[in-house]
Amino acid sequence: MSGKTLYDKIFDSHVVREEDGTSLLYIDRHLVHEVTSPQAFEGLRLANRDLWRTNSIVAVPDHNVPTTKANRGNGTAGISDPVAKIQVETLNKNCEEYKINEFLMDDIRQGIVHVIGPEQGATLPGMTVVCGDSHTSTHGAFGALAHGIGTSEVEHVMATQCLIQKKMKNMLVSVDGKVGPGVTAKDIVLAIIGEIGTAGGTGCAIEFAGEAIMDLSMEGRMTVCNMAIEGGARAGMIAVDQKTIDYVKGRPYAPTGETWDKAVEAWQDLKSDDDAEFDEIVRIHAGSIEPQVTWGTSPEMVLSVNAKVPDPAAEDDAVKSQGIASALKYMGLEAGQSINEIAVDKIFIGSCTNSRIEDMREAASVVKGHKVADNVTLAMVVPGSGLVKKQAEDEGLDTIFTDAGFEWREPGCSMCLAMNADKLEPGERCASTSNRNFEGRQGQAGRTHLVSPAMAAAAAINGHFTDVRDLERAEV
Amino acid sequence: MEKFTVHKGLVIPLDRSNVDTDAIIPKQYLKSISRTGFGPTLFDDWRYEKTGEPGMDHSKRALKKDFVLNQPRYQGGSILLARENFGCGSSREHAVWALEDYGIRAVIAPSFADIFYNNCFKNGILPIVLSEEKVDSLFSETEMMEGYSLTIDLEKQQVIEKDDLHTEATSFEVDPVRKHCLLNGLDDIGLTLQHADEIKAYEEKRKQTAPWLFS
Repeated sequence: MSGKTLYDKIFDSHVVREEDGTSLLYIDRHLVHEVTSPQAFEGLRLANRDLWRTNSIVAVPDHNVPTTKANRGNGTAGISDPVAKIQVETLNKNCEEYKINEFLMDDIRQGIVHVIGPEQGATLPGMTVVCGDSHTSTHGAFGALAHGIGTSEVEHVMATQCLIQKKMKNMLVSVDGKVGPGVTAKDIVLAIIGEIGTAGGTGCAIEFAGEAIMDLSMEGRMTVCNMAIEGGARAGMIAVDQKTIDYVKGRPYAPTGETWDKAVEAWQDLKSDDDAEFDEIVRIHAGSIEPQVTWGTSPEMVLSVNAKVPDPAAEDDAVKSQGIASALKYMGLEAGQSINEIAVDKIFIGSCTNSRIEDMREAASVVKGHKVADNVTLAMVVPGSGLVKKQAEDEGLDTIFTDAGFEWREPGCSMCLAMNADKLEPGERCASTSNRNFEGRQGQAGRTHLVSPAMAAAAAINGHFTDVRDLERAEV
Repeated sequence: MEKFTVHKGLVIPLDRSNVDTDAIIPKQYLKSISRTGFGPTLFDDWRYEKTGEPGMDHSKRALKKDFVLNQPRYQGGSILLARENFGCGSSREHAVWALEDYGIRAVIAPSFADIFYNNCFKNGILPIVLSEEKVDSLFSETEMMEGYSLTIDLEKQQVIEKDDLHTEATSFEVDPVRKHCLLNGLDDIGLTLQHADEIKAYEEKRKQTAPWLFS
């Protein structure tokens, strides 16, 4: 019998019961935010049901919160949109009523749910983690099984601590060798999605492996796992190593003393066995990955910054050709145009993909000593949490950004999905470190190009996409 | 949840691949704390000339006439015919609530994104995977024949095409547990809670072997 994959190990250890291939999977950690939870709480109330295990839940408002300083510091009072305000207040009320631990808007620990989970140690290796948000795959960076769920499933987990699950397929994506200088986790994951396609991982849990992945910091690993869903996989995960354990140690929710030692011992097994079998294996040569820029309206529409926008006429498949043509039309681009000549209007550095301290440092090292180009109307940095923001400020990164003409904002999801006031106007073009370039994602008729923090910073300085490897980097 | 047994309905063809949940229901409508009322804003950006906001009277907004939901021949449709990777992107169940509220009972496509597929079953909507060739032929039929309807029989797991001359049934796969819940309109939380003792027993055991998971 062959060995087990990391996914098999975590799945199997969480099966409460199994019948006809459908399992009740026990959930260790449930992260909750304001957008996908109100209907779940309402459902509990209507059915007169209680929470199964209150301390499994950590809640935080993030999608709707304003990111301007003037609108923060006074609870929900600063939310100018009355509908959004009701939603955040509903979360607060629900958490109060059900005695759930919530990091309120004014708490320094508030931030994007997928940043604060790991930051607080609420995400631990070997856990099953769910959240009513597709980017829950982020937490798989810790050797956890983490995936997004819908609101009905949020209610199901609240009431039963379980999820009804069929086992997914195992897919291995190995990024072999080392990436070149100036190539980051974001470029790696965009290149992977470019390779496997936006539905390449459908029905699978993806394990990311290989030297280039294990070389990444925990922040970088979170960036990679975050975008597993953009490759169609509900879950992305990475084996546990010493970096994982060092990151978790000493965090508020992490175990201590003897329990810590016991946990660390158990976590040593959180990797795929050498003889584990995968249903699909994809290998990518790290050395061939260049800084990436998406040019279309799906994350799979991605190329090197030094490439040219594709020509629909050169595509044989009629459906694909039509897809390219309509993406170019929406994006306002010409076939054959050099990507590094595309000028941008706005810069967004933030989101659950790229708003951690390492991302701030990467961007700051490009920005330091420069000014935002005149054609850029808004460049903003939105740290992923109050604690990331504070650390960045302690390191002086905020002044590097503001001196260059960036706005330094308060934490939240912000212009990744533009539920709050931060959005693109029709036709505006944005270099964004977020995860989705769908039509209208950052504002109706807005045009999104997904890039790494360093590449977004380079675009801010030059006013158009630029290979960040051609720029001098400052020490930060 | 509404039962799904046999459903006959007009087919609406949405000829685009990778339709994401941001397109199905744009973000500004996710601020609602209710499960209902999303139908008028289904495919909002494609359906209306100008950006909509929650609280608007959507019946007064100017329509993009070419969009399939706005064409007179597809009014009252309840079966959505779509292309591959339908429902990709965000986990927002609001996308399914919008389809349901609009009156869609089934979506037929060559493939679906996982979370969306799952969310459908929780809301009485049947997502059906058919081969690319079959979906192609259904697109042709729908476009050729005004009023083109299909019958979906969940018990028999068949999509049935019927006209004056012939009847053709195409089988589809569906997980037996989900089928059972949909056929009977069952609430799966109630079903899971029938196993509460097993969940408790699992929990007790895990607290001994992995106590760090419970703080």
